[in-house]
Amino acid sequence: MLGLNKKDLKLLLIVAVLAILAPFILNPFPEDSAMAQFNAGYPDLMQRFVIFGIFAIGFNILFGLTGYLSFGHAAFLGVGSYAAIWMMKLLTMNVIPAIMLSVLFAGLFSLIVGWISLRRSGIYFAILTLAFAQMSYSLAYSVLTPITGGETGLQPKVTDPRILDGTLPQGETARANIFGLEMNSSYDLIVGGWLFTFNVGYYIAAIAMLASFYVAIRIFRSPFGTMLRAVKSNQTRMYYTGLNAKPYTLAAFVISGMYAGLAGGLLVAMDTQAGAERMFWTASGEVVLMTILGGAGTLIGPVLGAGLIKYMENILSKINKDILHQWFAFLPDGLEDFIITIVYPFIGKGWHLTLGLIFMGVVIFLPGGLVEGGQRIARLFRGKKAKESDSDKSTQSTPAE
Amino acid sequence: MGILEVKNVNKRFGGLQALGDVNLSVEEGSVHAIIGPNGAGKSTLLNCLIGKLIPDTGSVMFDGQSVLGRKPYEINQMGISRVFQTPEIFGDLTVLENMMIPIFAKRDGAFRMHAIESTERESGIIEQAEQMLESLNLADQRHNHSASMSRGNKRRLEIGMCLAQNPRLLLLDEPTAGMARADTNNTIDLLKQISDDRDITIAIIEHDMHVVFSLANRITVLAQGTPLVEDTPDKIKGHPKVREAYLGESA
Repeated sequence: MLGLNKKDLKLLLIVAVLAILAPFILNPFPEDSAMAQFNAGYPDLMQRFVIFGIFAIGFNILFGLTGYLSFGHAAFLGVGSYAAIWMMKLLTMNVIPAIMLSVLFAGLFSLIVGWISLRRSGIYFAILTLAFAQMSYSLAYSVLTPITGGETGLQPKVTDPRILDGTLPQGETARANIFGLEMNSSYDLIVGGWLFTFNVGYYIAAIAMLASFYVAIRIFRSPFGTMLRAVKSNQTRMYYTGLNAKPYTLAAFVISGMYAGLAGGLLVAMDTQAGAERMFWTASGEVVLMTILGGAGTLIGPVLGAGLIKYMENILSKINKDILHQWFAFLPDGLEDFIITIVYPFIGKGWHLTLGLIFMGVVIFLPGGLVEGGQRIARLFRGKKAKESDSDKSTQSTPAE
Repeated sequence: MGILEVKNVNKRFGGLQALGDVNLSVEEGSVHAIIGPNGAGKSTLLNCLIGKLIPDTGSVMFDGQSVLGRKPYEINQMGISRVFQTPEIFGDLTVLENMMIPIFAKRDGAFRMHAIESTERESGIIEQAEQMLESLNLADQRHNHSASMSRGNKRRLEIGMCLAQNPRLLLLDEPTAGMARADTNNTIDLLKQISDDRDITIAIIEHDMHVVFSLANRITVLAQGTPLVEDTPDKIKGHPKVREAYLGESA
């Protein structure tokens, strides 16, 4: 079905079910329980999960398949965001044209950046992309202020022309919508102590993520995907086999740039503002972390990596000293303070430290990322089962056939 | 006119005349060996044939067309396949994928954006690749990563990948360098079989006299960047100039 084999179809379906049920899955704790702060099922964070998932899926098509490490992919995300805002300012607050323009602009920009940067490989390629992204960031911050809004960034204003929407009624603000359905409208479902929020914006982003994921699977399983892996494996052999590696890498670069643009456009669709900080090099570094953490070159890895990092950024960072005191209140005073002193640097603003440790652990012990971790656990279980069935057999006297 | 015509090729690296007035004609269907002592210019000559180096003067014609200034992939698409001294294969890919890539390259050219098709459904190409692996006795390893194979099998795979494209000219650069005797003999047998079964021309650069004399039906001896003699193996064996330049006093 859908041109996928059974295994890939199963993976796609699992991801789809998880995405649809995310409001339930991410909110396992009742609203007023002490654990409620670990609930991640609120619209803003769920949107980030899937949007940065898209960003990482796209990045993985370049980095995971061809091995070219771009350190400037946030630039394409930023360009996508600006394009979307301008579409909302000039044409309509409907997110569909905005997102389409994001993808288009990010694609064109990545074509230029890729065409130049792909003249080099390895560290020089990484530096070139980094330079491009930092240039874009600086330009957006200074010279291009008329287009980018400089420091303040861009938001849709009441006075914007918006040709298709017409003038807004008095006192109304422009809100992103999809054919009249507003992105930030939600439906709250209260079951007992639990609160589940179903948000329009999240489901739009989730559909975009599933479509992106599907396209990524198709690319991975296509002859084109094989060629991209061949680029990573041995370019010399590629050239002497009658293949030109350059257009293959450039195509991968542009595709991943378009994914970044889609993510940028969706960010604007969810929260109608764009600023230059979105292009800063740390944002480019983050997507590299997500991909490696989840498992570069795997299908689901980048989504997992994006989820983990965004979860830590939004949940772990909110734990403060008071909450720690609540947790460890059962301990004797001296011990409580001691433990809190030790734990404190790893939470709240120190969440980067925890992330760094996890990252080091993954890179050293699980070079294949979280996906490899999952596979090892699965193998462990399967291994146990196989052993059990072996011992079952040995107790039977019937010859194995 | 041979299928490969090298005329008056010169190549200098600074003060070193690597190739001086090289003239060479490889007949269609022959197995032509180029031998010579270390530093004779064998590798430089080979690199001029496959687009890695451009000679200072002279011409290199393949089947009536100049190869000079063309990119390696263009030269491959003209019908020249190259086997490297250390096997160049796609180590991260499976043996079957390794074999499919040259067949794709033959069918689709240097670049095609076949991103939506499914590799699994390319039954024609899979079948061709499987057959090729079968004939190389590598079929049982088709799902292994090619990097995990033995040196001899890597060499077989690389030769097979070149053959899968049905090239008109196969260039081999010391195909048995660093191989155990058994692997060397296997490779010789494979190449013999190829030249017998197929309508193919083989040009081989080799150090190992055993390999050269069991394969070649034409030999060019290169010394200090210039062809010394070109003749049949029997004549070369007894040629005084060759003894002097190549085989040394002891021979």
